[in-house]
Amino acid sequence: MSALVLSPSAALEPPCRAKPLLARLDPRSRVLAALAFALLVVCLRSLPAAIAALMPAILLALLAGLQPGPTLRRLAALEGFMILTLLSLPFTMGGPALFSWGDWHWGLEGTRRAVLILTKGSAIALSVLALLGTLELTELGHALARLRVPPRFVALFVLSARYVDVLRAEYARLRLAMRARGFCPRASLHCWRSLGHLLGMLVVSSLERAERVHAAMRLRGFNGHLHLLDEHRASGLDWGFAAALAVTGALLAVLDLA
Amino acid sequence: MAHIPDGVVSVPVLVAGAALSVGGMALGLRRLTPERLPKAAMLSALFFVASLVHFPVGVSSVHLLMGGLAGILLGWAAFPAIAVGLVLQAALFGFGGVVVLGVNLANIALPATLAGLLGRRLLARPAVAGAVAAMGAVAGTAVMVALSLALSGREFLVAGQALAVTYIPLMAVEAVATAAMIGLLAKVKPESLELRP
Repeated sequence: MSALVLSPSAALEPPCRAKPLLARLDPRSRVLAALAFALLVVCLRSLPAAIAALMPAILLALLAGLQPGPTLRRLAALEGFMILTLLSLPFTMGGPALFSWGDWHWGLEGTRRAVLILTKGSAIALSVLALLGTLELTELGHALARLRVPPRFVALFVLSARYVDVLRAEYARLRLAMRARGFCPRASLHCWRSLGHLLGMLVVSSLERAERVHAAMRLRGFNGHLHLLDEHRASGLDWGFAAALAVTGALLAVLDLA
Repeated sequence: MAHIPDGVVSVPVLVAGAALSVGGMALGLRRLTPERLPKAAMLSALFFVASLVHFPVGVSSVHLLMGGLAGILLGWAAFPAIAVGLVLQAALFGFGGVVVLGVNLANIALPATLAGLLGRRLLARPAVAGAVAAMGAVAGTAVMVALSLALSGREFLVAGQALAVTYIPLMAVEAVATAAMIGLLAKVKPESLELRP
């Protein structure tokens, strides 16, 4: 697949292949673990517990062999999405003010809430990157199928994951052609319309590709089901991992209630 | 900006979002017959790729949500297609969240589908249809994101309003780009617009 990619595809590659321990787990355990951990962390209400939840997340990231640089950049991008919310909270939650300018009071309560949101969001994002980001997308699709996600959705997921790289290569080719004709992106109606035409051409070529793919799949007797060839079994390692996760969860819950 | 991370919205909002998403997914998956599967898969890969294309706006840049286009081309099947995009973004980039996925899906896919169905009625004039569907989808998403925040607590009201304002430039870019896309499709591959999704 990577031979088809013209531009450096670093953004799409997982930051690193999973190191043995996480890679030896059944993909289903990784999906379930990510869900369970996220559900637990979302429910935490106290700041010490949320900070403590960062520890297992960091441990998972280390076990998965995530590279610190790209991972931190992704976390920063994630926080960027919420910057408005986080910055407005200290002003809107009231409570005692830490410091104030005229009518603007930077409140203690809101600061605590913003830090809580930031910590919980980072812990979950980190665990997801470690547990799911290092999985092959096909493996993730098969794990979803084994977990009784509707087969049509799984087929859609696996097929799209396969074509992301192909379409990126096509996009890079068209974009290069535009550059060769002197196009440089600027905030103007012309630029937006040209990029719209570029994406429109991508739509056209992907629809035509879809027709060819569909014909080829029909030839091979496709009836809406992708056959699952993986033979993953939950092993002792998976049960050990589940036990460790359960203990961690119980400790976090106790810390949260204390 | 349409991705709310985990840990922000309250439990009732999470449940409401999940319920809306499950309903939309059920409707969408029923329409996703094996014949339509490759087309939907190709388009959801495209939505993911399009989210990597940056449109310059002033000193900053935005990326398209392509909701209006998804709605026009796929109808209710836009729900599962956008869901795939969100799962890919969550798994590859850690964007959005896990528990909040239902809320994010409802916020993006519901306005996209409704605006797309509206846009289909205007296809006699493709550029207008594209612009209307795109603006409707973005405006609907802005309102729903603001609502999800505001309903999670009074303290988020200001943030919700501020976020809604940041969607205005995206609305302009998305309208121009989608009008161009649908106009191009009408010229180059009109049968793709006629297909009843």
